[in-house]
This record gives sequence, structure tokens and C-alpha cells, in this order.
Amino acid sequence: MPKLLWREPIETTTITNAPVTTPEGELEHPDNRLGTPLASEHVVRVAPPSGRRVLTVGDIAGRESGGLVVLLVAVGALTLLSNDFLTQGNLSNLARQVAIFAIIAVGQLLVILTAGIDLSVGSVLGLSGAVTAQLLVGGMPIPVAILAGAALGAVLGIANGLLVTQLKLPPFIATLGMLGIARGVVLVITDAKTIQGLPGSFQTIANGTVLGIPNLLIIAAVIAAIVHFLLTRTVFGRYVYAVGSNPESARLAGVPVRTVTIAVYAISGLLAGFGGVLLTSRLGAGIPTAGTGFELNAIAACVIGGASLFGAKGSALGALTGALIMGVLNNGGNLLAINAFYLQIAIGALIIIAVAFDQANTRAASRSG
Amino acid sequence: MTATTAPVLELRDVSKAFGPVQALTDVSLRLLPGQVHCLAGENGAGKSTLIRVLTGALRRDSGTYEIEGEAVTAPTPAAMRAAGVQAVYQELSLLPHLTVAENLFMGRLPSRGGLIDRAQLRRRAREALDEVGLTTTSPDTVVERLPAATRQLVEIAKVLTAESVKVIVFDEPTTALTEEESDRLLAHILRLRERGVAMLYVTHRLEEMFHIGDQVTVLRDGGLSESGPLSGYDENKLITAMVGREVTSLYPEQQRETAGTPMLRVRGLRRTSDGPTVDFDVRPGEILGIGGLLGSGRSELLLSLFGADPIAAGEIEIEGTPVTPSGPRSMMNVGMGLLTEDRKVLGLLPELSIRENVTIASLRSGSRRGLLPPREQAEEADRLLDSLRLRAGSYDQPVSTLSGGNQQKVLLARWLLTKPKILLFDEPTKGIDVGAKGELYAVIGDLAAQGLGILVVSSYLPELLGLADRVLVLRDGRIAGELPGGASEEDVLRLASGGADHAAAEPGASARAGSAGDGQHSRQTDGPDGVSTDA
Repeated sequence: MPKLLWREPIETTTITNAPVTTPEGELEHPDNRLGTPLASEHVVRVAPPSGRRVLTVGDIAGRESGGLVVLLVAVGALTLLSNDFLTQGNLSNLARQVAIFAIIAVGQLLVILTAGIDLSVGSVLGLSGAVTAQLLVGGMPIPVAILAGAALGAVLGIANGLLVTQLKLPPFIATLGMLGIARGVVLVITDAKTIQGLPGSFQTIANGTVLGIPNLLIIAAVIAAIVHFLLTRTVFGRYVYAVGSNPESARLAGVPVRTVTIAVYAISGLLAGFGGVLLTSRLGAGIPTAGTGFELNAIAACVIGGASLFGAKGSALGALTGALIMGVLNNGGNLLAINAFYLQIAIGALIIIAVAFDQANTRAASRSG
Repeated sequence: MTATTAPVLELRDVSKAFGPVQALTDVSLRLLPGQVHCLAGENGAGKSTLIRVLTGALRRDSGTYEIEGEAVTAPTPAAMRAAGVQAVYQELSLLPHLTVAENLFMGRLPSRGGLIDRAQLRRRAREALDEVGLTTTSPDTVVERLPAATRQLVEIAKVLTAESVKVIVFDEPTTALTEEESDRLLAHILRLRERGVAMLYVTHRLEEMFHIGDQVTVLRDGGLSESGPLSGYDENKLITAMVGREVTSLYPEQQRETAGTPMLRVRGLRRTSDGPTVDFDVRPGEILGIGGLLGSGRSELLLSLFGADPIAAGEIEIEGTPVTPSGPRSMMNVGMGLLTEDRKVLGLLPELSIRENVTIASLRSGSRRGLLPPREQAEEADRLLDSLRLRAGSYDQPVSTLSGGNQQKVLLARWLLTKPKILLFDEPTKGIDVGAKGELYAVIGDLAAQGLGILVVSSYLPELLGLADRVLVLRDGRIAGELPGGASEEDVLRLASGGADHAAAEPGASARAGSAGDGQHSRQTDGPDGVSTDA
């Protein structure tokens, strides 16, 4: 049952013009003996993958399909249970809450795909946000301050990448260290005080709308679309999956493993830095403790969206879906006046269920394969 | 030595099959107390299967198994250990981060109320170490700090602490040891012999057999070849008993042009600054075989050529152009490809699809502005897979769902897609069934015929000699000698094990002529019956 929901099945063999096909679909080629393999007369043609098999949700949406179903169910239930859910005000609010999470989650996803992890995103977000706020208060032009905040995140990300590739530190340790360092630095430079007095035009970036759609939602959608494109249409994207699958094999196939690894941490840092800028804009202040615990939410969003912490499995749409699920649950909880503590329990359980389903599915697939 | 002693352990007519593959056929073995019984045979002759049957790791299909006259019906590893059959393996079973004492008694640590009784542990460990002559080794030393030979002795000490020690199986214990260390180990085995322990000793080093062996049993193709007292053998007779088979004609027999500038020219290649240097050429259209024992540096040589392992010095030229092996990527760009021995660890990207595994090495050359290459590349990959007759439901399925032979074809397709000039194969048919083997041999032959330079490393001598036009034999990282393709397996073994260096200097020129003539009948008649076990 979960198999239908969670994963495209491993197709059974379907050979179109092989003369003997047993009912189970096992191939018996009439001439499996030696011959001239490079000649084409005995070519076994393989059916196009879409042909002759049961269409599953997984075919349409891939690994994030499970998350998509959960999301639709949650949205449907909330629509029925609460009159306030499907209102423009609430949806805009929801979008603003989710957007920054989604941006970080998509960056985190790239790292997770290489079988790494980035624990520093929350702290980097806090540091970049506070630095941007300080620069703005100090009178720096808005675009320059935004770029500086995002660039700071990228630099810290590159530092993570260098620790992982050059010093061979486990990603968990390298980014745990960075988590502490970045948070410490932001507390030092702000003296743990909130930075206020940001220009109004800066605040409209995250709080404004275009044609009624919140800017934050547009930004998050564009970023998710870019990362999706990166992962599915570019050589770099394929390399990311290859590194996560088996770095040594990837290296021997000519994949620049170090560069790819540094790049994913840099992108994760860049997106965390940019997320910090946006959060500062949204809150209208630089808050030194902003982003605390965001790293765990980002990891949770990836996992709920079908990413594997062992690497090579997951998608940008999945991470986006995961972030939306968590946002919708939080939002629904507020609307229904459910105790927030219970919500935490529910989200925790959801993570466990998501991964348990995935494991069961992997086992089932390997048995049938 | 009295011939009338009752055997401690006796196997009679034991057979074992893995699916359609008959690994052992009617093998008998008698181990006598106080004797060292050597087990000889090529790779794949069935030695490890026999050992696993003895130690209870595998259950025999038929035949009898008796220990001191009592029939063993349902052997399990624990039951066999309790019955007194102990084993010392080549790959050590010690836990490197724990102390010697803890390792010796792991699983049965002396304790009181759940707390380890340190004093008793140390005392018993001391006794066990003294027994194997490790009087200066402290029981509190962490195992990873010990040299390899000492660890091997600790392993033996561990075996000796068992309740009952009647038989000890040594599976290539000296592979990782230096000569001096081996001598110490062998001396200890001789002491155990005096204590009346029966020992089964497996090694590829012939001189060791003659040094410590009393009896020898030779396996060939899963069957018993010969058995008898070692005094009745010399090196040649033993090798003939191990090989004793005509080279099968699975191998491509074609006349190829192998003239012209060397495809690959290697001069003065050394892996470490004080290591031996290696020089050789591979001409276009030539298949150069590389033989040697495990640990002789064959895989390392390929990895260095491919830029995957660093080199200390040396010149490499491809088609007359000097290249620097700075990394797999750079070597790939100049037209080299490497099919590694361990496909799982150093080849496949298990989560990725078959097609993605094939195209991964060619993405960049086919890419424009970093985008994935257009559809044509995937179609070309599909055509290659078709022509290699890959048996898969869909090229979109994860590569991990394929069998060994088909996985190897995927990796071969990966390199063929890069349009290589030189392909390096490391144990190309390891873990592959015989049907897929023949197909791979034919492909390798075709590639050479197309003018590629091919290097093949193989431990399986018939394969090495059947495929290669010339064979270089490595020993301890240096080239021990060169043989023509038609050379005999004896020649290779002799060079590889350093049995008789002088004998190999004149490899019979007649051997080559022989192979060209005899091998004409072939591929059609000897194919493996059209049954594929690997779909």
C-alpha cells in the first residue's frame, strides 16, 4: 500500500521484441552465448519506461509524492475544519511564515544530497541578518547591504566546505563548529541587542506584495525553481547526486568531488545568508538570536519531503513540500487553537513516520527487484 | 610418522553447489593430529568453499563429515568451534580499538556481577600470549598499535584460548606479512604441530608449503586433483596438479595489428620515492595482461596510471604525448578509462539509474553551458547498452538492481561512451557468471581489434593467458618478468611466487605458436549453453 504512494516501483522486465518472455517477465534470450556483442543484430530492445505498467502517484511526482499527499490531506482537512484557513489573509500569512524556511531547506537539501549535513544554517542566518541590519543602520545603500549579507553566508558556507574537503572533518562536526562560531560572533558584534531603525523601504521587501502575492512567496518559489532546475537539468546537479551516491566511484568517473562538495556548502550558506536578510526585512529589526533551531527545521523539511540523509535521494520540490507541510501544520494548529506543544509532538511523529515508510519501501523494492 | 593414526577430521565425498555453479564435487580430506596439511589450488578452485564447509559457515550438500569418528550432521560456526575446529583468517577478526586482552576474551570476558574482572583478564591474557611466544607484548596494548605479524600471533593466541583445539585452519596467514614475520609465524605453526594439533594450511606461496607441510591436497575446478605426502612433490609437479587443464576457449582468437607508436608508454613509474620502478609499453590493438599474487601491486599500478593514486616519479605518454596523471579527470580527458576491481566501492553509483551511471563520465564533454547534454548522448548510451546486451527492464531503474555481470557491462558502457584510447581492466570478471564472462572477453577482444590499448589485471590465470597478447608478472611492486600470451600457467606462477627466478628468463617461444594454432575451434561450441543465470 505505501508503495503505491511513496515510490515509483522498480518495473518488471518488459522486452518488446525478445522472442521468449516468460509470464514473470524474465528474459530468456535465444542466443545468450558468445557472439559479436558490438554487432547489432541481436539487440534486445527495452520497452520505454512509461509503457505497460500501472501508473502510480510516484510516476507523476516522484519521491516527494508521499509528502504531496500528506500536504493535500492537511490542506483539505483544515479547509473543512476552519473557516479562516482558505482566506487570503491567512494564506499570505502562511506563505510568509513558510518562505524563509523553504529557502533554507532547499539549500540544506543540496548538502544532504551529497550525504552531508549543514547544522550551521540557523546561526549563519542570524549572523547575516544582524550584519545586514548593522550595515543599513550605518547608512549603507540597501542593495549593497543585501549583497553583503548574502555574501557573508556564502563565505561561511565555503569555509564549511573547506573544512569538510580539505581537513576531512565529518560534515556534522564541521558545521556544528560553525553553528557555535557564527552564533557567538553575532552575539559579540550586536552585544546581544536587537538592531532597530531600518529604512522602511528595506522592510517592504519581505512584507510587500505583487498583485496580491507576498514577495517572500515569489522569492522562495523562484529560488526553489532555480535549485530544481540546477538539480534536474545541469551537469552540476547530476554530479551532486553522484557524490552523494558514492564519492569514490564519482571521483574515478571524473567527477570533481571536492569542487562539488564545496559548492553545495557555499550555496547552502548563501541561501541561509539571504534568508537572514529576508528575515531581518520581515521583522524590521536585526535580532541576534534569529534563526535558532532553523537548521533542524530545514533538515526535517528535507526528510519529510523524501530526502535520504545517506545522500543521493531527494528533490527540491520535495524539500519545498516538506517545508509547506510543517508550515501548514503550524498554521492549522494556531487556527484550531491546538496547544503548540502538541504540534511539536505531531511534527516529530511525522518525521519518524515519513522515514519509516521510506525504509519499508526501500526494503520492499529491494526484495521485488 | 605413523601412518596408522586415526584422523581427527575427515570429509568424504563432499559436494557443494551455489545455484547452478558446482563449487565442490566429491572432495575428500583427512587431517591427522600433529600434521600440517596444505591445501593448494588456483583462485576459484574451491579452497575457500572447502574451508567454509569445515568451519560450519556453509552447509555441505552431500558427503560425510566426521570429527574423531563422530558424524557432524548440522554444522554451525559455534558448534564447530566448540567441537575444536578453529580458524585463523587472512583478514584479521580482531577489533582494532580494543586491547589485546579484551580481544582475546571477547564474548567471554571474565566478570563478576557484570563488572569485568580486570586482574583475571590480564592474568589469563598473559598466559595466552606467553603460549604463542609474545612474552614482551602487554595485554593492555591496543591492537591497532601492533605490527601485522604480532596481530596474526594474537589471533592464534585467541584461537588457542578456546575450550577445545583439535584442528586449526590457516587461510593465507602470511599474505600481509614480511618474510621475517612469516618465518616467525611458520616456526610457531611447527611448535603447534609438536603439540599434536592437526592443521590445514592454505597459501599461494609454494615455498611455505614445502617448508612446513606434511601432506598436500590439490583442488582443481572444485574437484580433488591430487592428494598425498608432500615429500612426493616438487614445485613443478605441484603446479601441474594445480593447473593441469587446457586453456578453455572462451577467449577471443583474432589476429590483430599491434604495430605503431605505443598507445601507452610508461617509463620509470614509481609509487613511492624509494619504491621499485616500472617500465612498459602498450601498443594499439594490444591486450597487455598483468599477473601476480594478491598484494603484488597490480591494482595499485592501474590506480596510479589512472591518476587515482599519487605517483612519486615517472613519465607516461599516450600516443607519444606526455601526460601527467594528476587525477582521474585529467586521465579521462586524455582518453584513459579504468574499470575497477571492486565495482561496489569504486565504480557504481548505486542510487543512480543505469543510464545516469553510463553518462556520468561523459556529461561534461557533451554539455553546453553546464546544462545536461542533449538527448543524443542518452540515446548513444542506450545503443551501447543494447549492443552489450545488457539485461534490464528499463535503463531508468537503479543500477543496484542489476546482477554483477550486468553491472560490469554498465561500467564498460560508461567508459566506451568517453571514446577512450586506453582501457584498464582490474579483475574484469570477478563475481561474474560464466555466460557474461564470455561476452566480456569478446568485447575486450573487439575493442583491441578497433585499435585500443588494453591492460588487464587478473588473478585467474586461464583468463589472463587467454586474453593477453603479452603478460607482465608483478612481484612486490616490480616487474618480475614478461611472458608471451601463450605462456603456461606454470610460468606465471613461478615468476609470481619467485619460485625459480632463473627458470622464467627463457619463456618458451613455442608456447605462443601453440596457442594460435590450437585455439581455433571455439566460441560456438564451448559457450555456456545459452543459460543466463544473471537476469
